[in-house]
Amino acid sequence: MARVVVDVMLKPEILDPQGQAVQRALPRLGFQGISDVRQGKRFELEVDGPVGDAVLARIQEMAESFLANTVIEDFVVKVEDEKAEGEK
Amino acid sequence: MTLDTVKHAAETPDVKLPWAELGLKEDEYERVREILGRRPTGAELAMYSVMWSEHCSYKSSKVHLRQFGEKVPANDAMLVGIGENAGVVDVGQGYAVTFKVESHNHPSYVEPYQGAATGVGGIVRDIIAMGARPVAVVDPLRMGDAHHPDTKRVLPGVVAGIGGYGNCLGLPNIGGELVFDACYQGNPLVNAGAIGVMRHEDIHLAKASGPGNKVILYGARTGGDGIGGASILASETFDDTKPSKRPAVQVGDPFQEKLLIECTLEAFAEKLVVGIQDLGAAGLSCATSELASNGSGGMRVELDDVPLRDSTLTPEEILMSESQERMCAVVEPGKVGRFLEICEKWDVIATVVGEVTDGDRLEIFWHGEKIVDVDPRTVAHDGPVYERPYARPQWQDALQADDANKLARPADADELREQVLKLVAAPNQAAKSWVTDQYDRFVQGNTVLAQPEDSGMIRINEETGLGVAIATDGNGRYAKLDPYKGAQLALAESYRNVAASGAKPLAVSDCLNFGSPEDPDVMWQFAEAVRGLADGCLELGTPVTGGNVSLYNQTGEAAIHPTPVVAVLGVIDDVARRTPIAFKEEGQLLYLLGETREEFGGSAWSQVVHDHLGGLPPEVDLGREKLLAEILISASRDGMIDAAHDLSDGGLVQAVAESCLRGGLGARLIVPDGLDAFTFLFSESAGRAVVAVPRSEELRFTDMCGARGLPVTRIGVVDGDAIEVQGAFTLPLSEVREAHEGTIPGLFA
Repeated sequence: MARVVVDVMLKPEILDPQGQAVQRALPRLGFQGISDVRQGKRFELEVDGPVGDAVLARIQEMAESFLANTVIEDFVVKVEDEKAEGEK
Repeated sequence: MTLDTVKHAAETPDVKLPWAELGLKEDEYERVREILGRRPTGAELAMYSVMWSEHCSYKSSKVHLRQFGEKVPANDAMLVGIGENAGVVDVGQGYAVTFKVESHNHPSYVEPYQGAATGVGGIVRDIIAMGARPVAVVDPLRMGDAHHPDTKRVLPGVVAGIGGYGNCLGLPNIGGELVFDACYQGNPLVNAGAIGVMRHEDIHLAKASGPGNKVILYGARTGGDGIGGASILASETFDDTKPSKRPAVQVGDPFQEKLLIECTLEAFAEKLVVGIQDLGAAGLSCATSELASNGSGGMRVELDDVPLRDSTLTPEEILMSESQERMCAVVEPGKVGRFLEICEKWDVIATVVGEVTDGDRLEIFWHGEKIVDVDPRTVAHDGPVYERPYARPQWQDALQADDANKLARPADADELREQVLKLVAAPNQAAKSWVTDQYDRFVQGNTVLAQPEDSGMIRINEETGLGVAIATDGNGRYAKLDPYKGAQLALAESYRNVAASGAKPLAVSDCLNFGSPEDPDVMWQFAEAVRGLADGCLELGTPVTGGNVSLYNQTGEAAIHPTPVVAVLGVIDDVARRTPIAFKEEGQLLYLLGETREEFGGSAWSQVVHDHLGGLPPEVDLGREKLLAEILISASRDGMIDAAHDLSDGGLVQAVAESCLRGGLGARLIVPDGLDAFTFLFSESAGRAVVAVPRSEELRFTDMCGARGLPVTRIGVVDGDAIEVQGAFTLPLSEVREAHEGTIPGLFA
């Protein structure tokens, strides 16, 4: 078992109303010094068996066609350290 | 890279600029050089390219659209006509109503949710720019084949986007349409309409007058979204092979828009605003050049003062950005402070970015250097105008000769029954509640009628009951067979829908969706449709107050059906007098108004049963439509009818099925003398409606129709829990309901 993480973020030029709402709330709650907030999504995929190139390619495809809306979002696929997985 | 200033441009005439990539044609670029007497700067080129795009300049359609200004019916109701952000109509009691329909077709195909959502946002800003409070929206939609997998991507996204944005704004969605046809597969049509209400004295026009007045940009910060959308996305044929033609779409923020509405209306109420303009397609380029050229002419803008979301934006990008939820106001210097206070109260960022000057130049500065120096009229109004060649398509005769009246008709009563069930279950005729249930139809508590009624109706004065109704219609199949008549049929249907609900039709807005104007076949369709609509509006006495043209709805060689979508606005003195479609009282008599002929060209029956499109669309008789409307309105006002439903696609059986299902009661129908059951049920002759008349009113009603010369035929009675056509078949209402209501959820839920 291994974990693959897909991080999805709105593309930098795209307006992020949720991030803006968070950013506006921060000073009101006493958190100063944050000039911008962008909010994204993180998918943690538990993969059966080892994570080879074929599996990664498949996840790449999954992210591109389903997890992310590539018209307005970018994504990054990362394999998490398997040791960390073991310690859980 | 050095900044491309006006001075620099004058010194370096030979620098190559990417005019072709920005969508300008060679002769258009030459014209820009001629106007300026030098090469444009990058920023000027950005402005000209977006403002001279098809989407902003109407360069192919202008020569035809003039007819709407020339064939204007005498109509006292029109307060503001074509050319402003939206037309304004007098509805009595000191109220004025502004309404408009626009397209957001291409963006909604690329990114259905955001495309459709920002379409709602854009049309709502047009309404607030007129000083009116938005009270309702409508969304006429055309999608590809209901069974195509991509339709499952586009439609749910579009519906969610419209619902998401509109619901967050707190605006009821009271009407619209949903039509499926394979011709819209790569080019779905997402049109959006909005209605706003104001007092007569509050009408505002977009202009910048008075030297020294300040130009204030307020609303969202400017980001890098939708750059070049106007020139590239909306104005060139869609081609999958060029990903570069898919620039970032815009993401909307309805909560910001809500603040803009309140902030703008408060500023209007305090009379702080000289001129105002929303930022839509072409963003700041459009707002500054239009405000300046509608006013005295001069304006100076400091682009450094524009609040940015992304500090790396170039001046060209700032000018072209289509970031949503922004507006531009012109305010007298003494009132700037108060204006900014109101913006701050609503948490809206507002910045003075320039001022009106006494010259006639629009000058824009960046880092202290002049990067734009143009006559704003040349940008906003004097763009290229094309007399595109057009010619009746060679295939038109063959299409019209392929007569739908000759198609095989049901052989016996069983087959007729089966075809009725098939028709009411077909995606185009099936119940659309899966869509409209995702919209908030009753928020604000003034919705009187909403889908599936014939028109959407909103009360605008609680005490007097004054209300307005709106219906949108368009039948691309009819228009393909004959664009002139097709446009008139769309107008007639929308007009009839408004009258059927008891309101008096007043004015028209349209959204003209066509393929590429560079194709003479398409251009002919467009020319014919505009001519038909203008002639029709003249005859019906309902002026066109404004609208929108969407061209290049075409993938490769295949254009969509010509699709003029017509919105008719009507007024009703007391919404308590409205006429719903539901048959609610057993024993009430059903009358068919108008004449039924063998007219099956472009009909729903020919599509559903034979997958056929050919022949001629139904005949148009606008004089008859007027008479029918008068009868429907009088009958509604005098309480002679309890229900009315216009007859359009699907014919009588579709209308009766909808009215029965809505009221939960069946109907017994008798085929009138001189008609066969098939023609009676499926013909799509125009100028007809079915009404339910209480027995006590029967004589009064038929006498009125007789006296005014409207053919009226008693066709049955509201009764039981089945639709029975005597001598032919009986269909239990439960079976009709299952067929009619199951289709759309079955496909998309």
